[in-house]
Amino acid sequence: MTTLKWIPLLAVTTTGLGLSAAAVADGHRFGAPDPTWQDECGSCHVAYPPQLLPAASWRALFAGLDDHFGTDAAVAQDIAAALLDHAVSNAGRPVESEPPLRISEMRWFLREHDEVSPATWNKPEVGSQANCAACHTRAEQGDFSERYLEIPR
Amino acid sequence: MAARILVTAALMVAGSVLAASPADLLAPLQQQAHRDDAAFAGFSAARGRAFFAARHGGKWSCSSCHTTDPRQGGRHAATGKVIAALAPSANPKRLRDPAKVEKWFRRNCKDVLERECTAAEKGDVITYLMSLN
Repeated sequence: MTTLKWIPLLAVTTTGLGLSAAAVADGHRFGAPDPTWQDECGSCHVAYPPQLLPAASWRALFAGLDDHFGTDAAVAQDIAAALLDHAVSNAGRPVESEPPLRISEMRWFLREHDEVSPATWNKPEVGSQANCAACHTRAEQGDFSERYLEIPR
Repeated sequence: MAARILVTAALMVAGSVLAASPADLLAPLQQQAHRDDAAFAGFSAARGRAFFAARHGGKWSCSSCHTTDPRQGGRHAATGKVIAALAPSANPKRLRDPAKVEKWFRRNCKDVLERECTAAEKGDVITYLMSLN
């Protein structure tokens, strides 16, 4: 039973990481998330690609998972260590200022979303700036390219 | 790094045992509920429904994210992320993995009640979710 479960999982994981490496090039496509990352970090919000925050931000976030933007998102220590390792290894470039905890506070985020009106952000189907998938229809697959961008009207 | 996260994932999946059906989740909760309270007289879908909709003195209820009809999909109250339906009749993937069920009761009960749920409360909610056709 254990063996049977290993094989498909390894296959899926390998595919996911393979895609990830190939897709990073254009800056908006990060490939399918690692399955553990998806499971642990993709239930309440999109499993944000680690590339979207610098390593210092990920370290700060993982140091405070028991109060993660008001909810207790703590995971078992060994899993947290593996997730942080994954985040730091794939993190974005360091920033000069205090590393933000929110992707929506990154300068590139503000620049890329400066044409989005408050009315759009406030739509019920958007709900919050954390809800990438409201417009980035393939965010769950790690694809934030304009090709799959559909802003609700 | 990739190898490490992958091994962790594999161990997690190998370590979890899928329940044959949502009803299988109830037996251990029932035993615990009896240990907690000798007068425990069984789970109740009606009590589960009321518990699910109540705010318990805080900001959120279970319904805040899962709606008052758990056969429908909901939205995360803070992030807006779409959440798949919770009732097994609408979403057969739900209530199958005891470890996952425990994990989400632990997390979500802390969000709603600022404490972990008792075995009796969990059993009532599962019984309620199973009663929805």
